[in-house]
Amino acid sequence: MKILVTAKRVEDPESKIKVKADGSGIVQEGLKYKINPFDEIAVEEGLRLAAKHGGEVVVVSIGPKEVQEQLRHALAMGATKAVWVNHGGALDPMSAAGLLKAVLEREKPDLAILGKQSIDDDQNQTGQYLAEWLGWSQATFASKVESLESDAEKAKTPAIHIAADGKSAQVVREVDNGLTTLSVKLPAIVTSDLRLNLPRYASLPGIMKAKNKPIEELTPAALGVDASPQIQVVKLSAPPPRKAGVKVGDVQELFTKLKNEAKVI
Amino acid sequence: MERSGVEALYRLDDALSAEERAVRDAVARVVDGEVLPVIGRHFREGTFPAQLIPRLGELGVLGANLTGYGCAGVSNVAYGLGLQELERGDSGLRSFASVQGSLVMYPIHAWGSEEQKQRFLPAMAGGTCIGCFGLTEPEAGSDPGSMRTRAVRDGEGWVLDGSKAWITNGTVADVAVVWAKTDDGGPDSVRGFLVEKGMTGFAAREIPGKLSLRASWTAELSFTEVRVPARNVLPGVQGLRGPLSCLNNARAGIAFAVTGAAIACFEAAQAYAAQRRQFDRPIGSFQLTQEKLADMLERIVQAQLLGLRLLRLKDEGKASPVMVSLAKRANVRSALEVARSARTILGANGITDDFPPLRHALNLESVLTYEGTHEVHTLVLGKAITGIDAFG
Repeated sequence: MKILVTAKRVEDPESKIKVKADGSGIVQEGLKYKINPFDEIAVEEGLRLAAKHGGEVVVVSIGPKEVQEQLRHALAMGATKAVWVNHGGALDPMSAAGLLKAVLEREKPDLAILGKQSIDDDQNQTGQYLAEWLGWSQATFASKVESLESDAEKAKTPAIHIAADGKSAQVVREVDNGLTTLSVKLPAIVTSDLRLNLPRYASLPGIMKAKNKPIEELTPAALGVDASPQIQVVKLSAPPPRKAGVKVGDVQELFTKLKNEAKVI
Repeated sequence: MERSGVEALYRLDDALSAEERAVRDAVARVVDGEVLPVIGRHFREGTFPAQLIPRLGELGVLGANLTGYGCAGVSNVAYGLGLQELERGDSGLRSFASVQGSLVMYPIHAWGSEEQKQRFLPAMAGGTCIGCFGLTEPEAGSDPGSMRTRAVRDGEGWVLDGSKAWITNGTVADVAVVWAKTDDGGPDSVRGFLVEKGMTGFAAREIPGKLSLRASWTAELSFTEVRVPARNVLPGVQGLRGPLSCLNNARAGIAFAVTGAAIACFEAAQAYAAQRRQFDRPIGSFQLTQEKLADMLERIVQAQLLGLRLLRLKDEGKASPVMVSLAKRANVRSALEVARSARTILGANGITDDFPPLRHALNLESVLTYEGTHEVHTLVLGKAITGIDAFG
């Protein structure tokens, strides 16, 4: 089976993000970038399914040439080949979904797994648009019961279970009150939640093998897609800095402050 | 991962290829996630974090600069970056990797028979077979030509007698590369023997009482009429050139790696100086502390640039032993100075294993005199400068 996964380039969540003085964006200087963590989980799930059912994992990213680093990362984890949509402009969920739709129509995967959202703008829409526009089934927030993966946990029924005939899949997904299990017809769009798996580390031999794996370059024009965004970011502002805390001498003082200053009791 | 700006200052990432950065980040992730949380305890208890060996194997960092036989085939720069990250965890862990890769896998890769390569290298790269390197003896350190371990022909094979000291991984090794004199006993008669665990007459004893490299196995090996079959002799090398090439190879990696310990110490001191308050202000506001931090950063940057240049030259096949001596000597000394200075910024907290500086400083005291003492490297440079050999 053929599985397509995504690898968006995002700011490293451990970087210190500074908003530009004029609020037009963030300071790029000195920032590190990495694969969107939800996408990395999608890549891992794709690799596990391909290992189980046979087949290949194709990884897609949209952006300038730097996104090849994230594609190489996914290739180093074990993806078979990469598709790079060379696009320098701003991207919103609709433009990303439009480009991905064209890529999926070319690649014709049995299953596409996307991160449920990217940690830069937290939109959580691309997978949903994509399923709608393709007319495919969708199962968002694919998840597992436990956050950490013991050997026992790994042996449990996986969150994405492909039927023996390859025509449908069962997907466990996270909802407010727990988990639901959906059965979807393939091809389908699945988006990955945080607790779906713990992505493998890229190994050094994997990194070296990735150097020789193919990255196919496409452009919005070649795909026949108008990628201009529908959403315009008007202004960014940083959250107000946290005020320093105070140390209280005893429980009595704490109660007094909670009552008289914070007015919470 | 966000670094304190140590590497960002001179845009070191711009001098690295995408694969080199990827290798560094892959190793760093394992160190951050699996080494740093446990290493203080291992150092305190004097145990090697053996549970990490399969992880190092999976990661493919062992012997990663070798090609074929299950090795990753990364550049020496990438390999050095990986070792730097291991050293940022602990020098004991990095020493494990240096011995496995540069001192055991490398000679088998360079001078072993095809059968030896097939038998040992994939298992060693995967971490399922552990190696150690036996050159130093109780009475032969800087002067390996004075070694007493002898191998005498016995039909097709050899019989080995002698002892080796300060052998990293010695007590757990599945295979030891042991250097011994043969035949006439001259320095040119030295050959490499692959002594395997369980061979009759081969014993290893852990050396107790270490105050340095506590999260590392360090052993004394003894050989009493150990019969080594002919197929376990390294066929491709004879003379001290063999072990000295191994050491030269390892030292180049060490010269780069020790900066990892220095970075860990600098970051600890930088964070502590920002948070620790005395006289109603952070101690980082005092000029003496600022000078210490400035000196530390300067040494780290210098060491990184020197180490990077050395490994680039090694990748181009142009690194000479003199270059290696200068870089090993300079960078280990710098790292040790950084570690000691960081310790002083942390005051009394700095003497505990809750913080990394003294652990690294203690480790680096070993690194200062292993893989060629600081003094021997000085004399190598002295000879290169004056043309006069101080060893006579």
